[in-house]
Amino acid sequence: MHFSTYAASAFAAAALLSTPAHAQGADDIAALRRDMETLRQDYEARVSDLEARLAQAEADAAAARQAAERASQIDVVEGDPSAPVLSEATTPASSASPVQSANLFNPGISVVLNGFVTAASEETGAERIAGIASGGEIENPPLGLSLGESEISLSANIDPYFYGFMVAALGNSGEIGIEEAYIQSTNLPANLTFTAGRFFSGIGYSNETHAHNWAFSDAALPYRAFLGSQLGDDGVQLVWLAPIDFYLLFGAEAFRGESYPAAGAQNDGVGAYSAFVRTGGDIDVSNSYLASVSYLHTRALDRDSDGDLFSGDTELLIGSLTYKWAPNGNRLNRNFTAAGEVFFGNEDGTFNGIPVDQDRFGWYAQGVYQWMPRWRVGLRYAALGSDDPGAPLAGTALNDLGIDPFTATALLEVDPSEFSRLRLQFSRDESGFDPNDILTLQYTVIYGVHGAHRY
Amino acid sequence: MNKFIICCAALFAGALANPAHALNVFACEPEWAALATEIGGDHVSVYTATTGGQDPHLVQARPSLIARARSADIRVCTGAELEVAWINLIVQQSGNARLQAGRPGAFDATSAVRLLERPASVDRAQGDIHAIGNPHVQADPRNMIPISRAMAARFAQIDPANAQTYTSRQADFERRWNLALVNWTRRAAPLRGVRIAVQHRSWPYLENWLGLVQVIPLEPQVGVPPSSGYLAQVMQTLRTTPARFVIRAAYEDSRPSEFIAQRANIPAVLLPFTIGGTPGAMDLFSLYDDTITRLLAGLGQ
Repeated sequence: MHFSTYAASAFAAAALLSTPAHAQGADDIAALRRDMETLRQDYEARVSDLEARLAQAEADAAAARQAAERASQIDVVEGDPSAPVLSEATTPASSASPVQSANLFNPGISVVLNGFVTAASEETGAERIAGIASGGEIENPPLGLSLGESEISLSANIDPYFYGFMVAALGNSGEIGIEEAYIQSTNLPANLTFTAGRFFSGIGYSNETHAHNWAFSDAALPYRAFLGSQLGDDGVQLVWLAPIDFYLLFGAEAFRGESYPAAGAQNDGVGAYSAFVRTGGDIDVSNSYLASVSYLHTRALDRDSDGDLFSGDTELLIGSLTYKWAPNGNRLNRNFTAAGEVFFGNEDGTFNGIPVDQDRFGWYAQGVYQWMPRWRVGLRYAALGSDDPGAPLAGTALNDLGIDPFTATALLEVDPSEFSRLRLQFSRDESGFDPNDILTLQYTVIYGVHGAHRY
Repeated sequence: MNKFIICCAALFAGALANPAHALNVFACEPEWAALATEIGGDHVSVYTATTGGQDPHLVQARPSLIARARSADIRVCTGAELEVAWINLIVQQSGNARLQAGRPGAFDATSAVRLLERPASVDRAQGDIHAIGNPHVQADPRNMIPISRAMAARFAQIDPANAQTYTSRQADFERRWNLALVNWTRRAAPLRGVRIAVQHRSWPYLENWLGLVQVIPLEPQVGVPPSSGYLAQVMQTLRTTPARFVIRAAYEDSRPSEFIAQRANIPAVLLPFTIGGTPGAMDLFSLYDDTITRLLAGLGQ
């Protein structure tokens, strides 16, 4: 009602403006003036366009001229340090633009290799977490010498609209898995970014980060227990950065629902969804932080954990806080990163056919300090808790038998270069029914295109 | 009712008549922020992503940087892979299509100059080399002229309404810069042919400009910190080919150059590298004033 009134008024006002005036003589002059004004504006626009083009052409010509001059002078100067520089002062270097396109139109390729030497007080490789019907990849490397997962990634801009990324993971025994394979928009308006394909969910702080960039060799205990170390699935994601000078990002995802804690691609193949909000900023030049809250809902049908079958809904709420310090923001020599996350979860459904409605909780805190270039030490503590699943489930994996699972981890690492890392990590692992002391020595290398690291 | 319409119309007209907002510039390093201000004046609003005290290679894609890249019309960076570890991630996470590679909003200073140390072969066994050449072009102020021209042309392309301003401001900058270059070259005359050691290979453009001769770098390969064995080798070289002083950038670890300076009994000279690297390097002009002052001090002058 109101809208139509305004619209009608606006229309009337517009009509009024465009109605010819009645005073004919004055009107002709006014029309002439208008025409003149239009012409003037038109010419001004054209002239400024031409000026801009001229400036561009002059700059190009000057650059070309200098390139020629430079080419004839540079050798003299380089060859003879005592040659005068003054003549050169006004004719600096110039040349064709270098292009940062990786291998021209080939995708950027990078390879990650890593390997372990593992010693432990108990057998490794078949870990269970007390009170959790687990899934995904949560095992420690086997005792002795072993090769970790090898990764090959291919990335490139596809066209002006999309970027493409794929990581193939080669397991120890020869199996090849598509860890990630997604396309991502590069041209959406309003600071929106759309991703489709298989990718790691944006929930939590470290879920999106590839394993070789984790601060520790393994995922923190709550990630192992509740997300099978890392949640990745086939799906779509939309993120939006709020139009303010402060970092505020909203994200939403829908997944097929095949990956732990989902299973069986429920809801006609849209069995999981998530939402997250991130904010962060600089406290001052030396200190910065990132905080987020994430929610995940998944549905499972016959999710198999060592023969135990769960069907039903899983919910997870994650609060994350990351803090980074470097003196004056210069990370070269010394820096410190602290991260902590809390996890609140619930599983509601049937476990081997018996009804279950169980709350779970987990948290971890970690700190990594670089005290001189390329040398770091780190500490992490992580713990979990699960509610009593009830008498009918007392004899199942959901009963933690009074154990409060935790892991305490320490690491020492050195990077021989920006592309290689040696890491010595010790864990006291009391997450399962047999406490274990695990010592690993790990190398990780990356070669190919220069990688970028998330905050 | 009528008041409402008038108000709306006024707002609408106001929005149309509003002069183009200042060009939003996201500068990766302080020297490009300063140059953007020289060229844009009041027509640009410049955000500087890093300070002179930070290694521009190791910056993280912090939330604050992503938030500021979101609204930028152009990013002005060094390029040549200097910011490879962070700028693309920031652009991607900002969701700002204007800054994507290949668009007018992606400006690399190194695209306007001829790069030195362009490797004949590219192999990381040589360290963290830059495949398309050494990116530290700001160390030679002569490079500012072609870079300022290219930057003015790019600003004009993105903001044609103010093209005239960018062109004339660039011409004015170039005139003042040429005068300054004459002055710097005269002051720096005693540095010609002086042998130096460098902590990191950041200085080929400075060496080329002032005629400094690099005897040896304190790192065995680019970006690889020296072992004690390598430093012994450096000492050996310095005994046969003495250097007058050893230079390092403000953000670098002081220990390797202090170690060598002490043992070779030569001064360790800290250079600003960019604006803000030292208290004296406050703007584009004083950056080179201070650099020359510090180099001359290294000679004992």
